[in-house]
Amino acid sequence: MSFVSKAFSRAARAFTPAVRPITSVASPLAPGVFSDPLVAGFATAMQSYTLPDLPYDYAALEPVISADIMKLHHQKHHAAYVNNLNAALEKYAAAEAKRDLQGMIQQQSAIKFNGGGHVNHSIFWTNLTPKGQASSAPSGKLAKAIETEWGSVDKFISTFNTQTGAIQGSGWGWLGLNKESGRLQIHTMANQDPLSTAGLVPLLGIDVWEHAYYLQYKNARPDYLKAIWQIVNWKNVEERLTQASP
Amino acid sequence: SFIRPSLITFSIFRICRSMSFVLPDLPYAKDALAPHISEETLNFHYGAHHRTYVTNLNNLVKDTPNQDKSLEEIIRTASPGPLFNNAAQVWNHTFYWNSLAPNAGGEPQGAIRDKIIENFGSFETFKQEFSKKATGHFASGWAWLVLNSETKKVEIVDTHDAGTVLTDPKYHPLLTCDVWEHAYYIDYRNARAKYLDAWWSLVNWKFAEHNLHAVYELKRRKS
Repeated sequence: MSFVSKAFSRAARAFTPAVRPITSVASPLAPGVFSDPLVAGFATAMQSYTLPDLPYDYAALEPVISADIMKLHHQKHHAAYVNNLNAALEKYAAAEAKRDLQGMIQQQSAIKFNGGGHVNHSIFWTNLTPKGQASSAPSGKLAKAIETEWGSVDKFISTFNTQTGAIQGSGWGWLGLNKESGRLQIHTMANQDPLSTAGLVPLLGIDVWEHAYYLQYKNARPDYLKAIWQIVNWKNVEERLTQASP
Repeated sequence: SFIRPSLITFSIFRICRSMSFVLPDLPYAKDALAPHISEETLNFHYGAHHRTYVTNLNNLVKDTPNQDKSLEEIIRTASPGPLFNNAAQVWNHTFYWNSLAPNAGGEPQGAIRDKIIENFGSFETFKQEFSKKATGHFASGWAWLVLNSETKKVEIVDTHDAGTVLTDPKYHPLLTCDVWEHAYYIDYRNARAKYLDAWWSLVNWKFAEHNLHAVYELKRRKS
């Protein structure tokens, strides 16, 4: 196979559709792909991440989370992560094309911050649902697993809220699956670090960056944490558990 | 004996050993920084956030050996965790209120101006770099203008979450800017860059000058 067709088949294998699975972040393309100018433009288009639509209207989560917050959170904060991620990936690709390793390393924190922000928020929007549509409690496999770990859903929520409330600065509280042990875990993450870096599969995340609640709850993070369980989409959490379970 | 000579005009002190830390008064009225920083922001930032750090700190030191330590001592000796976080945030916020003033802002004069131009080339370059550091800090933290006693230069550093330059003996703090979201969300929502514009309209150069002179004075006494 010629170099050009080899590069194309590598690119073809690396290609994933524009609508990305929301729990994954594509890894940078195999080195050397961009050095072929025929591939570079094609591959750049592949790299663009897009802001997912919310599964509901901005006002749908009221009164728990206001429309003002939802609009800002989605259109400003999440959108900025997506834009900054794309910009960082473009710079990374350009550095990679020149085999500029230092340039590549320089982009890694921006990719982690903004990529993490994109991953986390994409999960978050699906973890929530309007109050009228939310089931009041988990059921089936998820309920069983929660009861096994914490005794009851109430105990789980109280433990989750204590740990998440205690996060210093900006971060997230997560319910995750430890695939190795098959057990559920509560785990907090700082900044926008994705839960995957802690070796867990994210099932349910609660954003406790101040932008997630400040306009409504001000410094009363515990009040926000108490209220948010009214709009947790247990069905979505169950689906994620099913998807992640062997 | 607990009103220690300090590099900075304010001090969070106790009158006697058994008293708890107190939230220092704001150096100005709550509406004095408007329209750059609103009264509403100060009501929450000072009245709720800063006050809560003080309350938490008092609860954490009560009936422990730490209740006899000064605030700076606690910050310098505490391991990472709630005690450090609350103590550092008490100190950071007090330094922040003093870094702002009504009818202030603009460009510095005197020794601090000379030092900035000496180390950054121009005030404009310094301003751009400080704004870049402050707006670019990811998530919660602080941007500082410090005198680095090792390089003898004024420098811009950022700290994360409750981090403070107090824990690094080579850094002498001159000014700080809070970039936690609670510092600007009420007035500027996500637009941290706009908040920095406001900060430049309020920056208290007199405080920075005082802090710089205090470092020089301390060095003069030591030599």
